[in-house]
Amino acid sequence: MDESGIGFWGVPLAIFAGAIRVSTPFIFVSLGETITERSGRINLGLEGTLVFGAMSAYAVTVLTSSPWLGVLAAMATGAVFGLVHGWICKFPKVNDIAIGIAMMQFGLGLAFFLGKPFIQPAAPKLPSILLGGWSGIPQVQAALNINVLFFIGASLAVFLFWAFKNTRIGLTLRVVGDSTDAARAMGLSPDTVRLLATAVGSSLAAVGGAYLSLYYPGSWNEGISSGQGLMAVALVIFARWNPIGCFLAALLFGGAGALGPALQSVGVTQGYYLFYAAPYVLTLIILIITSSPTRSLAGAPGVLSLTK
Amino acid sequence: MTVQANDPGLSISAGSGTRIRPLLEWFARRAEAVAIGLVAILIGLALFSLFILVIGKSPVTLFQLMYTGGFGSWFSVQNSLSRAAPLLLTALCVALPARLGLVIIGGEGAVVLGGVAAAAAAMPLLGLVPPAVLFVFMGLAAMVIGGLWIGLAGFLRHYRGVNETISSLLLAYIAIALMNQFVEGPLRDPASLNKPSTRPLPAEYMMGDIPGMDVHWGLIIGILACILSWILMEATSYGFAARIAGGNVRAAQIQGLPVGKLITGFTAIAGSFAGLAGMVEVAAVQGSANASLAAGYGYTGILVAFLARHNPLAIIPVAILLGGIDASGGLIQRRMGLPDATVLVLQGTLFIVILFCETFYGRFRIFDPDLWKRSA
Amino acid sequence: MTKLLSMNRRNFLQTSAAGALAGMMPGLAGSPVSAQTALTIGFIYVGPKDDYGYNQAHAEGAAVIKAMPGITLVEEENVPETVDVQKTMESMINLDGAALLFPTSFGYFDPHMLAMAAKYPDVEFRHCGGLWQEGKHPANTGSYFGYIHQGQYLNGIAAGYASKSKKIGFVAAKPIPQVLQNINAFLLGARSVDPAITCQVIFTGEWSLAVKEAEATNALIDQGSDVITCHVDGPKVVVETAAGRGAFVCGYHANQSALAKDKYLTGAEWAWGNVYTNFIKAAQSGGKLGNFVRGGLKDGFVKMSPLGPAVSAEARKKFEATLAEATAGKLSVFKGPLKDNKGNVVITADKAYAEDAIDLESMAYLVEGVVGSTS
Repeated sequence: MDESGIGFWGVPLAIFAGAIRVSTPFIFVSLGETITERSGRINLGLEGTLVFGAMSAYAVTVLTSSPWLGVLAAMATGAVFGLVHGWICKFPKVNDIAIGIAMMQFGLGLAFFLGKPFIQPAAPKLPSILLGGWSGIPQVQAALNINVLFFIGASLAVFLFWAFKNTRIGLTLRVVGDSTDAARAMGLSPDTVRLLATAVGSSLAAVGGAYLSLYYPGSWNEGISSGQGLMAVALVIFARWNPIGCFLAALLFGGAGALGPALQSVGVTQGYYLFYAAPYVLTLIILIITSSPTRSLAGAPGVLSLTK
Repeated sequence: MTVQANDPGLSISAGSGTRIRPLLEWFARRAEAVAIGLVAILIGLALFSLFILVIGKSPVTLFQLMYTGGFGSWFSVQNSLSRAAPLLLTALCVALPARLGLVIIGGEGAVVLGGVAAAAAAMPLLGLVPPAVLFVFMGLAAMVIGGLWIGLAGFLRHYRGVNETISSLLLAYIAIALMNQFVEGPLRDPASLNKPSTRPLPAEYMMGDIPGMDVHWGLIIGILACILSWILMEATSYGFAARIAGGNVRAAQIQGLPVGKLITGFTAIAGSFAGLAGMVEVAAVQGSANASLAAGYGYTGILVAFLARHNPLAIIPVAILLGGIDASGGLIQRRMGLPDATVLVLQGTLFIVILFCETFYGRFRIFDPDLWKRSA
Repeated sequence: MTKLLSMNRRNFLQTSAAGALAGMMPGLAGSPVSAQTALTIGFIYVGPKDDYGYNQAHAEGAAVIKAMPGITLVEEENVPETVDVQKTMESMINLDGAALLFPTSFGYFDPHMLAMAAKYPDVEFRHCGGLWQEGKHPANTGSYFGYIHQGQYLNGIAAGYASKSKKIGFVAAKPIPQVLQNINAFLLGARSVDPAITCQVIFTGEWSLAVKEAEATNALIDQGSDVITCHVDGPKVVVETAAGRGAFVCGYHANQSALAKDKYLTGAEWAWGNVYTNFIKAAQSGGKLGNFVRGGLKDGFVKMSPLGPAVSAEARKKFEATLAEATAGKLSVFKGPLKDNKGNVVITADKAYAEDAIDLESMAYLVEGVVGSTS
């Protein structure tokens, strides 16, 4: 063992660091989708929103040199996508899943189209917090160089967990999500609640995109997302609509994703495709173990079209 | 927006004999889908024209080019049909489970593994059997693997309560990893230098084109699969049972329908169609299994199925429309200097409007079969 | 070539006669419009034209010939290696009147381009990266490529001087000959400076996968690599991530010095503009296009980015000497005795491959000193 590398300790460190680095987009998209799905709508198109958010955040940052303005721009564009989805889906017989898929196509197309001029220029990155000053090991310092958005995402998960149970808005969301008729009887407007829930959810998903383009990997091009938006929507079901669950699922997914490169870096080089499939295999196995035919819908909003 | 029944224009049928009433009724039922679909396409194109105007290009030129590139000549028609062929099969992978109320989005996994299975099945048989027999074996191998793959999602859904949307998506990612591992590992042809592939099929073992056309046999296979699926859904007791289960699982169970078997069976059939798409890619296009199998046909199929409202026959025109848009995309890039993403924007706009217009079903009384049943 | 030109003149007139109806109006050949050397050329890219890497390098080459008189350029990006690319080629031929096509991705060669070449014997096809063989492949096809591994060898020299940990890292897409050559050349260049250096490789498995490329870069640096290079379609993410972690960077495909600033040592770049200009000049003058075209630093197919500020005077001296050797056509990167990283002798002591040795194009091993495996 030479002093420059950290050998097999690199694998757990990479999983830890990878969990933090890679998970943030999953956290934001899955929290956003949780809000939307709790209201009884599903927005499968967040992949498009994520990519459009990545593009708009990068573009605004290039133009203004302020990454936080970029994040705000992403939130605004995300909200617009959400409003469109929410408005269209309030009409009878419109299928929210199908609209989501179409919106994904539209979002990707528009992002690629408008994003062309921003592929070449470099943009300043979002700041991160150095928490590893206590360690003399540069690898640990690098792993503990954590972006602000990660902490915002983590706090948001805790806040949403609390808010769903203890606030009026949380209660409203759940009532609307569990029964349209009950909500109407209580004098709530399910369409309005769902419209806002989709807009907020979409806006959060776009922040996930901003993290991709403004921090990690920190660049804008057409291959910036490899399906994170779609996968994060799936993680919501995995997490059973629980915000803390979303946060943990995102960490698990990010950490497992770091396994493949980390193992290769310590010389475990055979069959890397199979290591790269680890996050998906792991998620599937956990799903199979934790599901059961009798309580498959535990935690699921009652009117959600995906779980009927 | 409703049309009054006593509208003089609508009462022409009155008194014209009772013979044609059933015909009119049948026609009204179908005309609704066609009319709403066409109007939706026109609205979508109008919105897209605005976008093109905003970026300072001419929509007229663009639509002319789209027509030229998609359907304007025999070459363009064949171009569109070639691109539509794989979508027919992958759309079925979404449409059939959808009739049971399942949302399967991982057809891509069955496509790539079907392709690998077909290529692997072909290897020991080359030179021993005639091409037609080889295709049967390749097709069977692909359908079995594809069926198992998506059937697993259906099985897990019913017997373990695992959501099929997420499991099929996870399985798709796993399938792509397996495909890469196979074509770069045990199945790799050492002569496939910079594009790792399985051993290529010799030219005499390629499926080739439909006689007189420049489109491969995948188109015929896809159309046949759509027709067979339609018969299965609409004219058999299995299809009937599946539709009941799709409408209400509990009611189906009370009636004693084997819901678990229906779900597993229909998802397996759906997956076998996607697997077959992979086999066609190998036998008719690529000649070997390689990473190009993951070309996104599985994902585009989702869109086709939802646009076709999960009706197997409607998949045919929708897939051809998509193939046409895809085919014209190249010409738009080349002649107008617009990026590739233009076509994505167009598709997105069109699909959002088409899906939005679903809301108008049943809103226009002119399409109400009862209107034509009653004598005016 | 007469076929190419006559065919092309007819098609050019069709194209210019009526945009929307092009390809459907034969019989205009007698029109008074003169277009003696007019040529429509089609370029097909597998990814976006502006990926800061592979496709951009080709698109920039195409932009060079676009300015040449008599040339009409048609381009299509994001064309998958499926029936799509066959139809794109046909569409360029039928609707745009293209008489010379450049499908630039390796996977376009077999079966797609070969099928179209058989169908359109009057159209010329030149493919980037393929291994064209006399007798096996149609005469109206050909392939061209550059010995960019020479550039990676020079990258390795710069890396060898810059590395303090004696470990250098390579982010690679897939274990294919073109990539393996680059990895091996990078290490051999570094070992020409210090034979104790090792090179760690991580395969991402895909040509374009931003997050995984960033993770791979981080994993390499965590394990002590302090100079990073790569072979993926768009090196932007690798370059920025590595420089952000404080590692030195050697570029690939294009000049990425703006992305890594003072961490950028040098880079192996394509100079496709020269290659395409040669082809077009040959086509316009009625000469032969060539079926198997290769070239390296000597021929101007490949070039090096200017050396960055972190390159020491000693490194600069050795780099420039080696560059001069390569430019004179005398550099042999792969010479014996050479073992692979499993201990087998792959090149015996008496053998030295010249840059144009065809055997190199089917390389299937990683040399001793590279940590990684080919499957």
